Amino acid sequence: MKKINRLHPTSKSKLLFVTLFLPFFLLWGSFVFGAEEAPGSAGEPPIATQAPPAPPTNVSAKDIPNDKGGAISVSWEKSADDGASAKNVTKYEILRSTNKDEGYEVIGNTSPGATSFSDNSANNKVLYFYKIRALSSSNSSESLPSAPAFAKRQWFDFSRLSLFILSLIIGSAIFYFIEKAKSEKGLFIRKIAGLEAVDDAVGRATEMGRKIIFIPGIMDMDSMQTIAGVTILGRVAKLTAEYEAKLEVPVCRSLVMVTCREVVKEAYLNAGRSDAYNDDMVYYITDDQFGYAAALDGLFLREKPAAVFLQGQFYAEALILAETANSVGAIQIAGTAMPTQLPFFVAACDYTLIGEELFAASAYLSKDPKLLGSLKGQDVGKLIFLLAILIGVVFLTLNSVLGLNLPDLRGLFSGI
Amino acid sequence: MRREVPLILTAIVGITMIIAHFIPPFNILKGLFEDWFFIITAFAIYLGVLNLIKINADKLYKKQKDWPFGIVVILGFFLITIPGIFFSGGRSFQDPGTPFYYLYMNIYYPLSATMFALLAFFVASASYRAFRARNVEATMLLLAAFVLMLGRVPIGDWITSWLPEGYRLGNAADWIMNFPMTAGQKAIMIGIALGVVSSALRVILGLERTYMGGE
Repeated sequence: MKKINRLHPTSKSKLLFVTLFLPFFLLWGSFVFGAEEAPGSAGEPPIATQAPPAPPTNVSAKDIPNDKGGAISVSWEKSADDGASAKNVTKYEILRSTNKDEGYEVIGNTSPGATSFSDNSANNKVLYFYKIRALSSSNSSESLPSAPAFAKRQWFDFSRLSLFILSLIIGSAIFYFIEKAKSEKGLFIRKIAGLEAVDDAVGRATEMGRKIIFIPGIMDMDSMQTIAGVTILGRVAKLTAEYEAKLEVPVCRSLVMVTCREVVKEAYLNAGRSDAYNDDMVYYITDDQFGYAAALDGLFLREKPAAVFLQGQFYAEALILAETANSVGAIQIAGTAMPTQLPFFVAACDYTLIGEELFAASAYLSKDPKLLGSLKGQDVGKLIFLLAILIGVVFLTLNSVLGLNLPDLRGLFSGI
Repeated sequence: MRREVPLILTAIVGITMIIAHFIPPFNILKGLFEDWFFIITAFAIYLGVLNLIKINADKLYKKQKDWPFGIVVILGFFLITIPGIFFSGGRSFQDPGTPFYYLYMNIYYPLSATMFALLAFFVASASYRAFRARNVEATMLLLAAFVLMLGRVPIGDWITSWLPEGYRLGNAADWIMNFPMTAGQKAIMIGIALGVVSSALRVILGLERTYMGGE
């Protein structure tokens, strides 16, 4: 009987199973069990499995200029293996020591590609040496130490020297004209249409029996524009007290609320109408920009105010507010020093105080000679800038046309 | 004294901030004053919140005009603060998965985006009014806007593709942005900077007192 050399069907399927899946079992086993012995996986230092990356070169360290001390700038040329090859650098470690040959400690790290680091933990007048360690996935290399460097405190920021000199000149001019204005009467100030219209706006609201809404911007009291806006509020509040018009000041900062209350209260007191003042004339809505805009839009639509003052620092809500107030027929007097929002106010409002006019408003409305004098001092600053621009343009033109080598005046204003 | 003390404090802080700008070691004081401002602001927020609740509660109690809006404000306030304070499950209230985060992402965020989106319509309506050729200046504005808007879209260059490179609408738009617009904006910014200096000096010298309720 011919022996049939065939496997039992069950044995055949077992063999097939083993053949197909054995490699996967082996692979899984090597991964699971082999992983336990993988270098560095249990917190041990990595064992080098490849050559180290090329070390960073030309490490230099120097005191950061014009600062209060305690900081050294470290720079280097990156490793040749940074961004390329199998030994790709994964990060740089910055090492520091007071001894050139030993005692280096890691004080920080940077991502690959970086070539500088600010050491803000240095002590003044202590000599430090720096090394940079380039790390790849499994190896590292260190640069040579830098030359010694120490941090020191500077008593003047020379990068701002031109600003300092300019500030001195403009500040002196402002002081001079303030002093001069005390003895001089009738200082000329050009008419500002937006401020001339304040009386009309308050009068209109009184005649119509509708409210005046004053919005001092969306920023806090640390903004000069908010202070300027609040200053204008003082003048407007005095007028509303005299005209017996209804004033409402919704604000979006608590500190602004407190300040505006004080200002309005004092204005009503000075106008002899303290009885007409009520704390609820100035109230807080929300710190949130668009929440504030939504609340004001609703207020405009419900109350239909006769006049809306938008005076202070505004952002994207500027046009939303101005257009809504316009849609209810309110006379609008806006003022801001935000160059990006000025076109919106100019397009949507009846009057706009452009930039410096916002800051001049208080002096203009009060007619106080001392305040008007400060505006005249400001004009000296404008004259300086105008002359510098003219001379700079002439110099650059001559350099370009005649090939001269006159100085580039832009450098004078680099610290500003 | 009620006036003098704030004026003296303003002068001291103002002068210190100016000095710190030029003399680096004074930056420590500058940082200190800035921290104080943030601390005062943090406390002041309670004044704002209390005022918000008081104004709206009064409105409800006295059934003043538009009193139902007061209900929305008070409910909205507690709806967002109570989950933030009490129901964050030991995590920061801002962490994903907290009730506050859910309310923020699903109510506050879309509402805020909706308000921002209104700008598109308001820009159109404001432009319509601003660009009416009522006088010489407005006509120039209209022409500049026309060139700029067409120059910023592909059709602008397509319409003028028969012109040599450098004279097309796109180039004209770039020229308007780089020269007349930049020059005008710089002039405004110089004026603003000088205005800030002048105002700051008036405040520091105590000449400007309206912001603290003075004449």
